[in-house]
Amino acid sequence: MTEAIRQPDIGGPAQPMLIVRDLQRHFVIRGQTRRRKDVVRAVDGVTFEVAKGETLGVVGESGCGKSTTARLLMHLTPPDRGEIILDGEKVGDPRGVSVRDLRRSVQMVFQDSFASLNPRLTICDSVAFGLRVNGQPATTARLNADAMLRMVGLTPETFSDRYPHELSGGQRQRVNIARALAMSPRVLILDEAVSALDKSVEAQVLNLLLELKERLTLTYLFISHDLAVVRYVSDRVVVMYLGKIVEVGPVGAIYDRPHHPYTRALLASRLSMNPKQRISAPPLTGDPPNPIDPPSGCRFRTRCPIAEAVCALAEPRLARVDAAHDVACHACDAGSGHTLARLTGMEGA
Amino acid sequence: MTHENAPLPVESAAPLVSVENLSVTFRSPDKTVTVVNDVSFTLREGEALCLLGESGSGKTVTMRSLMRLLPPTAHYTGRIRLRGIDVLALKAGQLSGIRGSLVSMIFQEPMTALDPVFTIGQQIAETVRRHDGVSHAAARTRALDLLELVQIPSARRRLDAYPFELSGGLRQRAMIALALSCRPRILLADEPTTALDATVQIQVLLLLRSLQRELGMSTIFVTHDLGVACEVADRVAIMYAGRFVEHGAVDDVLTHAAHPYTEGLLHSTVHAERQGGRLEPIAGSPPDLAALPPGCSFEPRCVFARAACRAGMPPLSERGAGQLARCIRGSSIHEASAPVYDAEASL
Repeated sequence: MTEAIRQPDIGGPAQPMLIVRDLQRHFVIRGQTRRRKDVVRAVDGVTFEVAKGETLGVVGESGCGKSTTARLLMHLTPPDRGEIILDGEKVGDPRGVSVRDLRRSVQMVFQDSFASLNPRLTICDSVAFGLRVNGQPATTARLNADAMLRMVGLTPETFSDRYPHELSGGQRQRVNIARALAMSPRVLILDEAVSALDKSVEAQVLNLLLELKERLTLTYLFISHDLAVVRYVSDRVVVMYLGKIVEVGPVGAIYDRPHHPYTRALLASRLSMNPKQRISAPPLTGDPPNPIDPPSGCRFRTRCPIAEAVCALAEPRLARVDAAHDVACHACDAGSGHTLARLTGMEGA
Repeated sequence: MTHENAPLPVESAAPLVSVENLSVTFRSPDKTVTVVNDVSFTLREGEALCLLGESGSGKTVTMRSLMRLLPPTAHYTGRIRLRGIDVLALKAGQLSGIRGSLVSMIFQEPMTALDPVFTIGQQIAETVRRHDGVSHAAARTRALDLLELVQIPSARRRLDAYPFELSGGLRQRAMIALALSCRPRILLADEPTTALDATVQIQVLLLLRSLQRELGMSTIFVTHDLGVACEVADRVAIMYAGRFVEHGAVDDVLTHAAHPYTEGLLHSTVHAERQGGRLEPIAGSPPDLAALPPGCSFEPRCVFARAACRAGMPPLSERGAGQLARCIRGSSIHEASAPVYDAEASL
């Protein structure tokens, strides 16, 4: 049924599903005084790729730009700069793919399952909405919506005519997933999609997501602050800090051989899950700085245990440290002038 | 502080907190819901207990009962004693005598718990003046000491900061300072780090752990996060549908869980070392508290369920040193009912 609107693979398996180059979004907000305008550098030059069938995890603390990146990808917030290439076709380009088509190929599931559903529509109508907007007759759309609900484990006979407030959090999140999948998207952006759920329900929804990915050959962009969940679902991981990517690499490399001091601290902040091996000292002190006025040079230097003079002067570039593993830290970049850089360089040689 | 500690050894024989058969029922015209059902526990001087459970399991209501912070529609039965004081027997006017000075609380969301129109310093000093009857200047000095106690950097400047000017981590520290302002013996923490980022969460947990040790307080944490319990608790109580289903030392409960629900929680938590494969979630969802299943509340979701489970709510029974579980599996009833199970399985 829904096969009819399934979108074809255009660029072949080697073509990345998504290429994001130098994406930037600054928000101008009213400053402390009437004359001054403050700028929040929410996303400040972000570049990454997502291969077909891959799950790319995005981790970082609040305010690091994870969600803004997701919204930029969907053009829910127009980017100031940068380009998005969907399966080889540039978004918004006359010869590429339109924003309307992008939004059909890329769908999103948000954290707040209740706020993302219209409280006045039954869940079947919510799921069928996108299909109707895209030209399906009402009866076909409802049939397809029921099929979608069945696919996410909700029996349509019981659930179709219910309203969002009659469902539990886990069930509502399943409805949101069904609605996203109704458009037969190729990419699903999951923005903290399981964060608000209880642990036992979270596990159910994670299982469902992995199952659906395989069945429908989807590509996931999985945004979360939960490092354990990201490790569980991701093939590759992007670590963000104050609007910048600080480290990107295969999930094993990021978790077992983290190079950036922020990634290390983030991993060390995970709770031990063992009362006999409690954490004795916090890996980082203080909170992330304000994205309105980020530190010069490397944005992490104010909390970094190995910061040096060079870190305040120049912004570190994403340098390759290992196969497909890039790190934006002067200490990992041989030519940067950081005293630890030469050591790291020699290790690599 | 020393003079306050002086009378304590006399009373330390009796537990600081003792809750016996506490039930909390909310009544509305169309239904009556028992949110906390027959909960009993004690807490000794300097001990940390963690109430663990999913949303709607009754953990927050249990905690709020200790301070009688629930709305007037709440109906209590059972007994709560804090340092010998019968909390449920106190008149409304007497409650302010224990709130703050004997027992105090920190909340999940500091932005909504703090008053947005007063500075942090004003809020702490006001509490100190009200309880200790000291001068403005002395109260302000005490507020500064408290901000330093909770390790707020440049504390003197932060005294004059409004809550919105602070980051999430600093706001939570300010709320801890406010909660500690009247030297409580019991600190209640309702999901104190859920709203915080990972790197800040561990800072706040370590702070609470060290404050508890330094000040010799007893603490009760409410959390849904097993990791938090591992970091701070001496004992944990797992709650499900308003009841304690398992209770014991944190080591015992997490290494050899006796209740199927605890096991399920441990299995469905994504551990640090896991990748790929299927998680083993608990099937179904928590029951409606207004229409609980007959017998064990967890029976409809339980993989070990059998006929005897529907017969009645199993009692909390002993499983090794100080570990209690509300399940017939592994208890004497289990052996007796085994044939029933086999008969069912062969059908």
